[in-house]
Amino acid sequence: MADEVVIPAADPALEPGVRRRDFINIAAVSAAAIGGVATLVPLISQMNPSADVLAESSVEVDIAAIQPGQAIKAIFRKQPVFIRNLTPAEIAAAEKVDIGSLRDPQTLAERTKPGKTNWLITMGVCTHLGCVPLGAGEGENRGEFGGYFCPCHGSQYDTAARIRKGPAPKNLEVPVYAFSSDTVVKIG
Amino acid sequence: MSFPWAQDYTPRAPLMQWLDEKLPLPRLLHGAIGAGYPVPRNLSYMWNFGVLAGFCLVLQIVTGVILAMHYAANQAIAFNSVEHIMRDVNWGWLMRYAHANGASAFFVVIYMHIFRGLFYGSYKAPREMVWLLGVVIFLLLMATGFLGYVLPWGQMSFWGAQVITGLFGAIPVVGEPIQHWLLGGYAPDNAALNRFFSLHFLLPFVIAGVVILHIWALHINGSNNPTGIEVKRESDTIPFHPYYTAKDGFGLGVFLIVYAAFVFFMPNALGHADNYIPANPLQTPALIVPEWYFWPFYAILRSFTQDILFIPAKLMGVMAMFSSILLWFILPWLDKSPVRSGHYRPLYRKFFWVLVLDVLVLGYCGGSHAEEPYLMISQIATAYYFLHFLVILPIVASLERPDPLPYSITEAVLGHDEHAVLGAGRAVPAPVRVN
Repeated sequence: MADEVVIPAADPALEPGVRRRDFINIAAVSAAAIGGVATLVPLISQMNPSADVLAESSVEVDIAAIQPGQAIKAIFRKQPVFIRNLTPAEIAAAEKVDIGSLRDPQTLAERTKPGKTNWLITMGVCTHLGCVPLGAGEGENRGEFGGYFCPCHGSQYDTAARIRKGPAPKNLEVPVYAFSSDTVVKIG
Repeated sequence: MSFPWAQDYTPRAPLMQWLDEKLPLPRLLHGAIGAGYPVPRNLSYMWNFGVLAGFCLVLQIVTGVILAMHYAANQAIAFNSVEHIMRDVNWGWLMRYAHANGASAFFVVIYMHIFRGLFYGSYKAPREMVWLLGVVIFLLLMATGFLGYVLPWGQMSFWGAQVITGLFGAIPVVGEPIQHWLLGGYAPDNAALNRFFSLHFLLPFVIAGVVILHIWALHINGSNNPTGIEVKRESDTIPFHPYYTAKDGFGLGVFLIVYAAFVFFMPNALGHADNYIPANPLQTPALIVPEWYFWPFYAILRSFTQDILFIPAKLMGVMAMFSSILLWFILPWLDKSPVRSGHYRPLYRKFFWVLVLDVLVLGYCGGSHAEEPYLMISQIATAYYFLHFLVILPIVASLERPDPLPYSITEAVLGHDEHAVLGAGRAVPAPVRVN
């Protein structure tokens, strides 16, 4: 009879290296973590603008009645839009300015459509902290530069609605727009 | 927390030591749901449902707070605002279906939790307070579920509000003024909808508060277990973490699979199609029933069709319905048997399953039309329901001869108690790890 060889039963808990349980542990916790992070996507993105809000993406405005020197306020995405019919004097004043001296250098031509330089269409939202500047309404304070004046913190815009003085960093934003006809403009 | 052999909390990192001196929150968690909380080693999967109920509460609060961001509690636009959530809000359909099915999931879990407690005698001394607080949570949960169901302002919402507030109208003399006070009018309208929304938002946080008391009371004596025997020594227990965090984690995974199947593949299976019709105060739906989780109690309400002596049938039904739950408040003193677990109570065990069947029958009748044979079946089942708690339980407790109990949890698990592996684990130099 051959010598009996006693092989001690291996204790899996004392095995060196990666054990089966380590793998299960890491796999389970990783799956839970990925699932948890994935769940955050709907929880966070539900606060983005909903479909009915995004549907308000463009608005058409009839500008036939706006005389030179007059301006109206339209509403685009729940925000005011200033549509101004510039007088020749205002156009001249805007074109006279040295572009290099501006905080946000832009010519009037860059801010209007070719052949329609008299139609200045900008958002009525001050680029400082979002107040509505004065100047679009009849008899309102138009500031030192004859454009718009923001009463909140004193930003002054010129006749091309470019920032000239005060805390605002940028010119009044020109939204995407196109002339549907000579008297109708489609904003957005 | 409760046992002297509970592992100490000893923070090693300097930051954790600093935190432990200022705000010992990690210490609290360690002792409540960590390695510092010894738990009976033999808990079955029936003990998962407490953690699952807690998960459901969090789920409902998170999805509910999100829905409240998009919902408008005004009778003119409430219904449309729910459709707005379904169609326009990013992931709104998911939030609403998760919340609506989350309510059903919550009740499934809570019923399992309650009947677990009934079978294993978890309501008995020294855990009466845990049970009483649990009944309070259940009542709050029913109120919250009802209030929430009114908010979409569909036909079932409206008539549910009408019928449930009408229950209070059954109270003699002051009933009608109370009903008008609850509704803020003669019928459900804007005033009712607004206050229901306010309370539906508030109550879950009240529930969360009572849940903290429920867990606190639980941790005074520790969990009951399938044998119903108290923990005697360390070998009867294992630390909550990692053993029960892992077991609860697995249970949570199974729960989420079933829950997701409902949310994504049959989100309206548990609801009523009539609630997609805007509320109409001039027309009641043909079958007016509450959500499934109220059916057993609804059956009890409807089973009283005749005046009893001088008590009108309407009042009897309302009193019986409320009593059927309020009864649970005296349950720890109705069942005098010193043996907790149904495993060792041959007679009680049989009656327990009859009660489960009885409640299922009540539920089936409660979801059916109020006509024969359902009315008669409801009446018999209602009678049996009260008989079980008020007569059968006390009699069984005194007549029954329980089976012999094991000496300890360790003996019940291992067959003997002297060579308990985990109990000896600390004395052995090399750590014994179970793979």
